[in-house]
Amino acid sequence: MVQKNIDNIKDHVELFHQEEYQELFAGKKQFEGGHDPDLVAQTAEWTKTWEYREKNFAREALTVNPAKACQPLGAILAAVGFEKTLPFVHGSQGCVSYFRSHFTRHFKEPFSAVSSSMTEDAAVFGGQNNMIDGLATSYNLYQPKMIAVCTTCMAEVIGDDLQAFINNAKTAGSVPKEFPVPYAHTPSFVGSHITGYDNMLKGILGNLTKGEKAETTNGKINFIPGFETYIGNLREIKRIASLMGINYTLLADNSDYLDSPNTGEYDMYPGGTPLEAAADSINGEATVAFQAYSTTKTREFIEKEWQQPTSVVRPMGIRGTDEFLIKLSALTGQPIPKALEDERGRAVDALTDSQAWLHGKKVALYGDPDLVIGLVQFLLEIGAEPVHIVVSNSNNDFEAELRALLDSSPFGAGATIWGGKDLWHLRSLLFTEPVDLLIGNSYGKYLWRDTKVPFVRIGYPIFDRHHLHRYSTYGYEGTINLLNWIVNTLLEELDRNTIIPAKTDISYDLIR
Amino acid sequence: MTPPLSAPIEEKPVLETPEKTAQNPVLATKELIQEVLEVYPDKAKKKREKHLNVFEEGKSDCGVKSNIKSVPGSMTTRGCAYAGSKGVVWGPIKDMIHISHGPVGCGYYSWSGRRNYYIGTTGIDSFGTMDFTSDFQERDIVFGGDKKLAKLITELDELFPLNRGVSIQSECPIGLIGDDIEAVAKKASKEIGKTVVPVRCEGFRGVSQSLGHHIANDAIRDWVFPQYDKEKKAGNIADGTEYDVAIIGDYNIGGDAWSSRILIEEIGLRVAAQWSGDGTLHEMINTPSVKLNLVHCYRSMNYISRHMEETYGIPWLEYNFFGPTQIAESLRAIAAKFDEKIQANAEAVIAKYEAQTKAVIEKFLPRLKDKTVALMVGGLRPRHVIPAFHDLGMKLIGTGYEFGHNDDYKRTTHYVENGTLIYDDVSAYEFEAFIKELKPDLVASGIKEKYVFQKMALPFRQMHSWDYSGPYHGYDGFAIFARDMDLALNSPTWSLIGAPWKKAEITAQ
Repeated sequence: MVQKNIDNIKDHVELFHQEEYQELFAGKKQFEGGHDPDLVAQTAEWTKTWEYREKNFAREALTVNPAKACQPLGAILAAVGFEKTLPFVHGSQGCVSYFRSHFTRHFKEPFSAVSSSMTEDAAVFGGQNNMIDGLATSYNLYQPKMIAVCTTCMAEVIGDDLQAFINNAKTAGSVPKEFPVPYAHTPSFVGSHITGYDNMLKGILGNLTKGEKAETTNGKINFIPGFETYIGNLREIKRIASLMGINYTLLADNSDYLDSPNTGEYDMYPGGTPLEAAADSINGEATVAFQAYSTTKTREFIEKEWQQPTSVVRPMGIRGTDEFLIKLSALTGQPIPKALEDERGRAVDALTDSQAWLHGKKVALYGDPDLVIGLVQFLLEIGAEPVHIVVSNSNNDFEAELRALLDSSPFGAGATIWGGKDLWHLRSLLFTEPVDLLIGNSYGKYLWRDTKVPFVRIGYPIFDRHHLHRYSTYGYEGTINLLNWIVNTLLEELDRNTIIPAKTDISYDLIR
Repeated sequence: MTPPLSAPIEEKPVLETPEKTAQNPVLATKELIQEVLEVYPDKAKKKREKHLNVFEEGKSDCGVKSNIKSVPGSMTTRGCAYAGSKGVVWGPIKDMIHISHGPVGCGYYSWSGRRNYYIGTTGIDSFGTMDFTSDFQERDIVFGGDKKLAKLITELDELFPLNRGVSIQSECPIGLIGDDIEAVAKKASKEIGKTVVPVRCEGFRGVSQSLGHHIANDAIRDWVFPQYDKEKKAGNIADGTEYDVAIIGDYNIGGDAWSSRILIEEIGLRVAAQWSGDGTLHEMINTPSVKLNLVHCYRSMNYISRHMEETYGIPWLEYNFFGPTQIAESLRAIAAKFDEKIQANAEAVIAKYEAQTKAVIEKFLPRLKDKTVALMVGGLRPRHVIPAFHDLGMKLIGTGYEFGHNDDYKRTTHYVENGTLIYDDVSAYEFEAFIKELKPDLVASGIKEKYVFQKMALPFRQMHSWDYSGPYHGYDGFAIFARDMDLALNSPTWSLIGAPWKKAEITAQ
């Protein structure tokens, strides 16, 4: 009997540590054909060496533990920011199940999206019938105001033509002629999830703003979040804009969709940028994007087709936020209010309070290009030293921009940008050139386990910690959040390393 | 060959909502189905109405069609063949490296998603919670990926020398661009001197995960068992004992296979192989040497079990380790295949756990009695977990499979009561509508459904991942199952939903 106490039922966390199961594990080994434990230990040690690192970096075909996903994931995140919009993914159906599960595990919220469920016959004949039937069914069942179509790699490989299919579906009566069905081709073998975000957003804006150009501007600023997974950031942007008295349109606002109140009534489409407001964004004064590399094509489109100035600011850290406020003020003529200046002062105060624990700390980080630039901005201003920067979905422009940022500070001198590399590369880097802190998404926990580098979860996805996505990393408030996560992780590590009585606990200080 | 184990369901009054007490429950639920179907366009409605029905006592199946293409645009919960092969069958084999061959997404989304527990040093001799991919770029689509694949296998064998073998899990483009992964596999196998298994589990094949299971089973038959035959011929396979069995189709989610194995070992059997949770290639190769295959997940592993029966004469037996009633019945059925010693052991094991089980039921049954459940899971649990709920005094009002076949629905009849709503490949729309109307106390389904129903103030447990808990199999698992159902249903958080002033307004109206 292993559940010895019914008032303290043991689940997997403790159950298997009990003697009965330890014996079971030992007994199972005789059937496994495993390796000699010494060889396993020896091999594990070898993977920590420079020799292994060189072999690891010599690989050309194999990717192990990448820090990137594929296009349609980003596309459907862009779509759900618009009012009552149903993402429709044309191609194999398993993809949509994966996307929905992925977002749901991160946000702990429902995420609706449909598939055109293409199978072998569609692979041969094309997926037009799937599109016609799929649009009709999803329109009737889920009563959206817009259906945003993107593709899986299956539809892309067989060359399905979305524009023609959607037109034919409308002709067939699947949805009304005037019903908006924007689309984007989102092949998963090109770019990553941030490319898909860009493609879908451009598709949606192109569709909604067609013929909407007015004589005068509407006096509003358009904000584009990019592949944003911190709901707090969207709310922070809105709060700052309100404090400054700025009229804005968020393109698009998925904050309510991805963080809806529990009222006992399920609403499939909470919040979202009204389609009319999105359509009118063509008449905005200017567009400000908070990410560059998930909005490249969209910004080009806005500049060219809308004749609207665009810019990128990343309101991360003090200077990033300063830049954002100055930009807003310059675009609108609105002064920066005292309230925000006070917030700045408090955030700076917090940074100076903690600076001694951060100065010179060596940091490894990975994530999407814009997140990484924002984090590096912050790390440099607190005197931490980025060392290993891994970006699986890198590109040349990004690397040049990040290089310039690193070169702007003496604290950036020791950094290497590892574009196109993955988390198994990072493992080698952490073993051969150890650092004080690792920043990344939940997958970093495997690196934490192997290398023992203190680990702060910032990025997407975060599956194994709750509610971090509700916080902001933007603005002065967000700066305090970043600081809080980082400095307190370092302080906890310090406690962990000074906790052995009569040995290390001389430094187990009460006051730090 | 194996008759499904029947659940001894005591006669209970059929649950009825107050307004329907006067009506026949079967008819009332059939009316509900018709109402729900109304919103579909005609073509889709015709397709969907075949998948929804009400179980009627005495019928040989549940009256629904299954394993048919999902209706496009309906928001199915189903996955794909790749998910069935890489995610379910092959992925848990811990000492092999499973390559997600194609674009980066599939491997990324399925990375560490299923909690197939294993013992091993990850990245050194075990690779379960890692993502290996060929990360296809446009040039690979245009020029083909075979060269990249061959090179990749060489690279991984150099970097992970303790791997026992490799499987190539095909993503959609592979079958569309005409790559010859079988040829690459054969060549690579010679080069690295290890098993290399090509699996044609492209996501567009079939209608769900289910064909992926079948394809994965066939790959084991064609690329793993020949090694058994060869070794057997060479006299390298030990005879084993007359008590050797294999656990087939337990993916060790939260440790399920271990809390099952402990019982099978306790009754005196020797588990020579465990598929595929915490399993190894070596165990797979040696499986045809066992005397009996014990099949947990029939849906995903019946193919290879039948193959072993036909080719090696190994009988197989389905068992159910959810809840004490079924565990006891299954242990007896398993023991009946062996001698009196094993049979006596089984009785002793059942008796041994009686006190533990009694304590669990005494504690939790009063807290859960008469609570109603709606289930919707994959290919086995929509029937298998029902007796565990019954053991706790709970009642099932609806169930359905994501990717079950007709034989699953036949087996389900032994578990459900007259009037139970049956939904096959249920769409998000239908599931929400049914739950709103039937108002179960608990919904037990998957991650994509969880927050929809929690927003409706309904307690929910994930029945794929055990909501990050588990194990739920075996006697030890049953205690955890009971605890978890209790914590879901009796959490004080549900009572916080709805602002008091709103509630006051409603009452005033």
